[in-house]
Amino acid sequence: MPDLLALEPTRRLMQPAPIAPAHLSTVALEKFYRKGDHKIPVLRGVEISIRRGEFLSIVGQSGSGKSTLLHVMGLLDSPSVGEVLLDGDRIDDLPQTTRDELRNRVFGFVFQFYHLLPELSVLENVLTPLMIRHSMLGYWKRRREFKAQAEEILEKVGLTHRLKHKPNELSGGEMQRAAIARSLVAKPEILLADEPTGNLDAGTGQEILGLLRNLNEQEGLTIVMVTHDENLARSAHRLVRLTEGRLEVLSDAA
Amino acid sequence: MYKLLLSVRYLRTRFIALASIISVMLGVATMIVVNSVMSGFGTEMRNRIHAILSDVVVETNSLDGVHDPERWMQIIREVGGDDIDAMAAMVEIYGMMTYDYRGQSVMKTVQLVGIDPLTRAKVSPDAGVFQKSLDSYQEIKEDKIVVREPLRLSDEPPSWNLTAEAMEYRRHHIKLQQEYIEKRKWEERRSQPEAGASDDDAPAAIVNPFAEPVARAASKDDAPDFTAGHHPAVEVDPAAPQPAQLFVGAGLIEFIYFDEETKKSKVMRIVRPGDDVMISTISSGRPEPVRFHATVVDVFKSGMSEYDSNLVFCNLEELQRVRGMIDPDNKDGAITSIQIKLKNYDRATEVVKRLQAALPPGLFSIRTWEQKQGPLLAAVEIEKAILNVLLFLIITVAGFGILAIFYMIVVEKTRDIGILKALGASSRGVMTIFLSYGLALGVVGSGVGVAIGLLFVNYIDNIEKGLSKLTGRKIFDETIYYFPNIPTDVSPTMVVWVALAAVTIAVMASVLPARRAARLHPVEALRYE
Repeated sequence: MPDLLALEPTRRLMQPAPIAPAHLSTVALEKFYRKGDHKIPVLRGVEISIRRGEFLSIVGQSGSGKSTLLHVMGLLDSPSVGEVLLDGDRIDDLPQTTRDELRNRVFGFVFQFYHLLPELSVLENVLTPLMIRHSMLGYWKRRREFKAQAEEILEKVGLTHRLKHKPNELSGGEMQRAAIARSLVAKPEILLADEPTGNLDAGTGQEILGLLRNLNEQEGLTIVMVTHDENLARSAHRLVRLTEGRLEVLSDAA
Repeated sequence: MYKLLLSVRYLRTRFIALASIISVMLGVATMIVVNSVMSGFGTEMRNRIHAILSDVVVETNSLDGVHDPERWMQIIREVGGDDIDAMAAMVEIYGMMTYDYRGQSVMKTVQLVGIDPLTRAKVSPDAGVFQKSLDSYQEIKEDKIVVREPLRLSDEPPSWNLTAEAMEYRRHHIKLQQEYIEKRKWEERRSQPEAGASDDDAPAAIVNPFAEPVARAASKDDAPDFTAGHHPAVEVDPAAPQPAQLFVGAGLIEFIYFDEETKKSKVMRIVRPGDDVMISTISSGRPEPVRFHATVVDVFKSGMSEYDSNLVFCNLEELQRVRGMIDPDNKDGAITSIQIKLKNYDRATEVVKRLQAALPPGLFSIRTWEQKQGPLLAAVEIEKAILNVLLFLIITVAGFGILAIFYMIVVEKTRDIGILKALGASSRGVMTIFLSYGLALGVVGSGVGVAIGLLFVNYIDNIEKGLSKLTGRKIFDETIYYFPNIPTDVSPTMVVWVALAAVTIAVMASVLPARRAARLHPVEALRYE
């Protein structure tokens, strides 16, 4: 009964604990920012659970806190209250270095503005997570293996002809494909996509979405995509809406 | 790996970083050049002082000196033991030197040093140093062209003998004087047949003081003086040098003038070897001041203007005789100082202590040459230290430049820092990027700076020539400094220290921006526009 897991938080507490732990879940997640004496709440008790191999879309208006939710789940930000669980284990209170490592090994990020490093070529950008993971000597020893790995992934996203190009020489769609390749090179378990199509025209957006779906179907990658475009979001297995920091279910399995 | 890749990439793509590299580079190069030139000058100056003062100097506190130098030297030899290499007894007193220039008599206060050139040469720090300071052992160059070969070979021991050239000049000069005097006398006698002969000496003496001793040597009387020109005394060679013989400091008898025609500084020498000058000793009380004539045998140039415009070396026995320092009973001459050369200068202070304990206190002051010239050497050291501090501030300014530029780069790269953190880079890793960036800046800057500095020092004479041509004014005037080239002395330790300090400053300046980068919150960094 995995569908139950995505119900209202108040009701979620009544449920018995699921037998198989969800791949990624949050418990009573709250996040607020302080502005002087005022607390500005962004997330107000979000309970969400994502199964392994699920493609989940989160929709919401700008300011609804969907990006913050994604950041908290991906350990880029820490929750004010509540927990983030990976395979049933709490991960948000781990030491900083462990969280850094989890970001590197478990999560892959795709951003609206691609966020490629402008000084590096496409190939180097894709290799960055591996450079971060390995020590200088370790990287140097296995550099050929890593390069082949990166080239293979770039071929998968269709960028073989752009290996040596700098990001500013690419089109938006190409940049996003490079960013996806970068997020995949470290072989993550969960891909967190923050408005991956937000900066692209409709055609290219569909192309990128197709790529994500293929990854989900063929590689069994767990994907959480944040978007404000409900049409795009519908191609996911499941769709949830975030309104003023609270979650509501819109549709189940597509 | 990403740290290295990114810091190298930032180095190559941020041209603003070049500005900090250049400022580090300039600071390092300046420090190396200035230090090399200053220690070159310092070493040269020390060598020049040391050429005049031997390792240890024992001086009597009284100008009258002490008798029986042999006994004192025996004591020193016993106390000093194996450390002592050579000794020279000397008389150092104050006096005045008078010579004639264009009809005016020029008077200079001098320090008269009675020496035996042979023993004096032996207490010099290196063999031949004393000879090297004498004019007749040198070749004379004008605009890098040798205009006069050395008159003596370098292996000839220093002595009071006139060179053949000086002797010939002296003969010719004195012959001219005598002819002139004779002519004057004859003319005066013809125009004033009744005039007293006693007045005749005076005008001649004023016209040329060298005439006086010659005239006096010939005769004491006025009447025979009249015939002296016609029947010169057979026994007395009028051109024979005076019993007192001198090496005169170049600064006393030369002056530098600016030649308008060639636009160059030139040296005018008023007294030449072979000329006679008048020396008077000064003192209050005994021994009485005396005046005597002396023949300049050689011109002495140590390169230290303090010495060259003060020192006059005289033959020891004659100086002792005229000054009445010789004991009438046992013919023993008094001396005022003993210069000692040690086998190993490192033991100098220890030897000084032993001598101070052994010699009667109050009678002598015993010092190493460095202690004797302490204030001057200390002044040079302080000057160098202050200059180093100032130049180091330049590099520190460069450091602040790096700080500002780095801050800018960190702000500019805020989003990239967020990306790296999202990809799992640790704060420490992000900090390392900027620290190694600073290190790279420092290494490149100080590396290029060291190269430029060393090249500058190596080609400093060519650079000086080029600058002189450009400005139309001689920057480094040989005639003033007595150096044919700018002395430089590159110390590898100094170069290493300067380079290390520059690198350290560059790294330290990048600490603050690097920390700021490391502390950036990934989400805020990613949102940064």
